Amino acid sequence: MVDLTRVWDVMVAGGGNAALCAAITARRAGASVLLVEHAPRSMRGGNSRHTRNLRALHPAPTDVLTETYLEEEYWDDLLRVTGGKTNEDLARMCIRASQHAPDFLKSCGVVFQPSLSGTLSLSRTNAFFLGGGKALVNALYRTAEQLGIGILYDTEVQHIDVQDGFATEAIISHHGFPERVRFKALIASSGGFQANRDWLRKYWGDAADNFQIRGTPYAQGRVLRDLLDQGVHEVGDPTQFHAVANDARAPMEDGGLAMRLDCVPFAVVVNRDVERFYDEGEDVWPKRYAIWGRLIAQQPGQVAFAVTDSKALHNYLPSVFPPYKANSIAELAGMAGIDAGKLEKVIADYNAAVRPGTFQPMKPDDCRTEGLTPPKSHWARLIDTPPYYCHPLKPGITFTFLGVKVNDRARVIMADGKPSANIFASGEIMAGNILGQGYLAGFGMTIGTVFGRLAGEEAARNVRN
Amino acid sequence: MLQENETTAEARRHMAVCNSCRYCESYCAVFPAMTMRREFSTGDLTHLANLCHGCKGCYHACQYAPPHEFGINLPVTFAEIRAQSYAHYAWPRAMGTLFERNGTVVTLAAALGVTLVLLLTMALVDPSILYTAQRGEGAFFRVIPMWLMVTLAGGTFGYAIIAMLIGGIRYWREVGGGAPAPGPILDTAVDIITLRNLGGGGHGCNDVDDGFSSQKRWMHQAMFFGFMMCFAATTSGAFYHHFLGLRSPHPFFSLPVQLGTWGGVLLCLGTAGLIRLKIITDPVPVAKRLVGGEYAMLSLLFLVSATGLLLLVVRHTGAMGVMLALHLGLVLALFVALPYSKMVHGVYRGLALWRHAREKRGGGMVAAE
Repeated sequence: MVDLTRVWDVMVAGGGNAALCAAITARRAGASVLLVEHAPRSMRGGNSRHTRNLRALHPAPTDVLTETYLEEEYWDDLLRVTGGKTNEDLARMCIRASQHAPDFLKSCGVVFQPSLSGTLSLSRTNAFFLGGGKALVNALYRTAEQLGIGILYDTEVQHIDVQDGFATEAIISHHGFPERVRFKALIASSGGFQANRDWLRKYWGDAADNFQIRGTPYAQGRVLRDLLDQGVHEVGDPTQFHAVANDARAPMEDGGLAMRLDCVPFAVVVNRDVERFYDEGEDVWPKRYAIWGRLIAQQPGQVAFAVTDSKALHNYLPSVFPPYKANSIAELAGMAGIDAGKLEKVIADYNAAVRPGTFQPMKPDDCRTEGLTPPKSHWARLIDTPPYYCHPLKPGITFTFLGVKVNDRARVIMADGKPSANIFASGEIMAGNILGQGYLAGFGMTIGTVFGRLAGEEAARNVRN
Repeated sequence: MLQENETTAEARRHMAVCNSCRYCESYCAVFPAMTMRREFSTGDLTHLANLCHGCKGCYHACQYAPPHEFGINLPVTFAEIRAQSYAHYAWPRAMGTLFERNGTVVTLAAALGVTLVLLLTMALVDPSILYTAQRGEGAFFRVIPMWLMVTLAGGTFGYAIIAMLIGGIRYWREVGGGAPAPGPILDTAVDIITLRNLGGGGHGCNDVDDGFSSQKRWMHQAMFFGFMMCFAATTSGAFYHHFLGLRSPHPFFSLPVQLGTWGGVLLCLGTAGLIRLKIITDPVPVAKRLVGGEYAMLSLLFLVSATGLLLLVVRHTGAMGVMLALHLGLVLALFVALPYSKMVHGVYRGLALWRHAREKRGGGMVAAE
């Protein structure tokens, strides 16, 4: 039974990896900790439930990572995806600290996979959680329970009272009942606002209705909005989000990883008006994975159609929902609900532009088109072998980039530039400090773990002083 | 081959999600075997279901487990398919219906077995022998004549072996095992003996809840090796009798009694431990319809070994006669129920592991990437 009459040393808002790393670290440092999770127990863990790995620096091979991955290469990778929209000091600090993230998580009962055999071969840069993110979340909650951290499920943090950068208490809704929690320090680890359609609508209008939210429906951004409204410094472009190409038939929320489709490099992709709109074969899929969600979000109706033939079927992972399948392009267009004549012409024009080459599915090959706009630069093969397949696509939003500004001790910065006296942040709610745009696979969990530990440490120290 | 039904359709839906997610790839053999396929015939589903050891790791790690709308619960779905395959491959086929209410069937077999042996003993043996202490060579056979023991035990056990063998052959042919190759038999034996697939990838499986432990693995090992030791005790007893001319009861430190004693202890501990786990485990990833038969068989095995140990304790007293009848009645029930109980999982699991070892080695299926 969690005591809501006492004054807690630290209250953590949120229940994903970043929240748990913060709570565990603060508790290990001697603070009394209350963790407030919006979701019920069965759906706990925020987006961490859908994750699979974390990116970690390592100067030598470890039991879970192969070869080496050093600071400069890590930094270059980050610089490339963010296009320079990052904070170098914070980013480098995070990269250096990532070396110790796997061992910290192991100390919390998380088990890692020895190596990986899937299509995205990331075992050099990323350590994989055995069983995935939910197994990680389970292990962290078990550790939190064993340490005596108070845990409230089904409890939304609705408001934080902030006076001059000092948070004094929170109003929460505990199983629908309003309660007040008093604490000495606050750690905000409650994620972004991607599941808040009304908020997205402010920037995207009606298109927001067609966005699939890949992760937890509890990412409503309530704490984020509340803190920003009370004078916390904002970071990140509020209009932007990370999005991938999802199956158009996926659930509108919480469809998770399995809804993503990686057929694009081996397909021809058209929009609702049956027009191609981007080079499908620009680069290997892991490097183009994160741009297609936004590309589709910008198309009419926020929908697209990837057309392949039977040659390509085994070049990509099987999809949960079977693709449309037909023996002619016209029939396929009928199933997808797009104009048959136009699709026949698009495929014919494409086939006419395909130049012969040697197909190599795993690296940029010399199969390309000539005289086609936009071109298909790699993996361009004739679409001529029935049955033909069509995967309908919609944007699946992973997270939003808007966040609260923090310093290198995970302390929240107020709009006037002064650090808050007792508010800290970790995870998606502050990831925008480092990730101004783009994404590196497994980097969200790295930020969550590194800043979670920092926030926990600093909050506990704050309480002791 | 199993008929298409709601459960096979549900299993195929599960495979569509799992084969696209693949987070569980390091848990056990099921997921690498799944990755080798894109289409799932009922034969493939039967193979995967029998490859599944029910460790529940995939359920507790699943981002799509209930209450998610996908409601992925592989341990339950595969347990249902396994049960259907036990019924389908039972020999003779009509006996497959015994898997419907298997708890009742096994319990009835136990009750009837004990009753039959008690009645036979009373009818065939002088009551003064049954209730007085019997000592020295051939004491057991004065209570139950050797011809009766051999006829009943040998007949029922032989039948069970034949029935399970025929079931295994039909399973192999219909599920699509292909021509048996002896190659990976060693890998298979190691998988069976070490229960590698109950290791969850090294740290144990989810015996009770989302925490990891190796209890189920150890308890099953105790039960399995206890059972094997008891079997070896009987075999060595027969060897003593027929080749060495030594008649039971043998001294405590003889090979048959030592094997039987420690085998019985292990069997008791293993079955009791597994029953305990079944009682305290999270019920969601458990196929409730099937636990009756599992409880009944575990209890029967426990009683067989417990009465065997008690027989050792009281064998020089007047209680020996009744205890022997009780023990042999339960053994008889075990042999009769064997081909129509949870015990058949050993045959199909072994075959599934063998097939998987071949696929792994030979790349027998089309690789997905």
